[in-house]
Amino acid sequence: MIDIEHYLVVGAILFVLGVLGIFINRKNVIVILMSVELILLAVNINLVGFSAFMDDLTGQVFAMLVLTVAAAEAAIGLAILVIYYRGRGTIAVDDVNRMKG
Amino acid sequence: MLQAIAFYLFAGLVIASAVMVIMSRNPVHSVLWLILAFFNAAGLMVLVGAEFIAMLLVIVYVGAVAVLFLFVVMMLDIDFAAMRAGFVRNFPLGLAIAAILLAELMLGIGAYGAGGLELGTPDGSATQAPAASNIEAIGALLYGRYIFLFEVAGIVLLVAMIGAIVLTHREAKPGARGRQDIGKQIARRPEDATVMKNPETGQGVEL
Repeated sequence: MIDIEHYLVVGAILFVLGVLGIFINRKNVIVILMSVELILLAVNINLVGFSAFMDDLTGQVFAMLVLTVAAAEAAIGLAILVIYYRGRGTIAVDDVNRMKG
Repeated sequence: MLQAIAFYLFAGLVIASAVMVIMSRNPVHSVLWLILAFFNAAGLMVLVGAEFIAMLLVIVYVGAVAVLFLFVVMMLDIDFAAMRAGFVRNFPLGLAIAAILLAELMLGIGAYGAGGLELGTPDGSATQAPAASNIEAIGALLYGRYIFLFEVAGIVLLVAMIGAIVLTHREAKPGARGRQDIGKQIARRPEDATVMKNPETGQGVEL
């Protein structure tokens, strides 16, 4: 029998994998952005799971908004990456210290 | 029974491909695994009857975001071997934080399974639209009760689009070949551009 807990566990594991991905791929901004997408996917799975569990469609409306923000974030993040690469010729996160006071 | 098999298949695949996203050496492979992860998450959502979100996931992520990632990965010609250098150094720290987070989330879910907290009883005001299908119900909700939220989502996308264009747009050097100067084109008049000549027979035209 598949319960709401099963969905929550899948969401929790995905979320943790996303956080782990940010930590172990510290140098690669592209994979960090993908990890953020994984985290937002975990949030969406939770929202949809609860929406089905409570029989309340608001969760799905919110999942759609999270999807919108995730798409906007990916577009802006990749645009920043492209101009950063154009100026510096590298995307290594460790070298990003230009704005250090 | 079939539902359980489908759930475990989708859940297992989504977790396996998420692991491959963060572990794979080549970012192009990471993007492809990400596509698989989103596909299986869409399957999970279909299982609970959220077809609209599932379709949105496939269209928006597989169709747009993943392709955007692939584009950028292939456009930036980067030595990815050097990027992996800090992998071993950062691994224990990342693993520790992941273990703590997972333990906390499991504790929360376990506590919920053991009965959870009573935060009041439903008063019947939950938003359910009496529609035939999931898509109709979400449509009624989106264009009715959550219309402002929907419009804000549109503005977020508009700002993101303008932002991405403004960030990456490069002004060409003035006077560069192939660049259109609309003001100059409009200011051009037939009198300055053409001359009438009536040359004698056997003589050329001085231009």
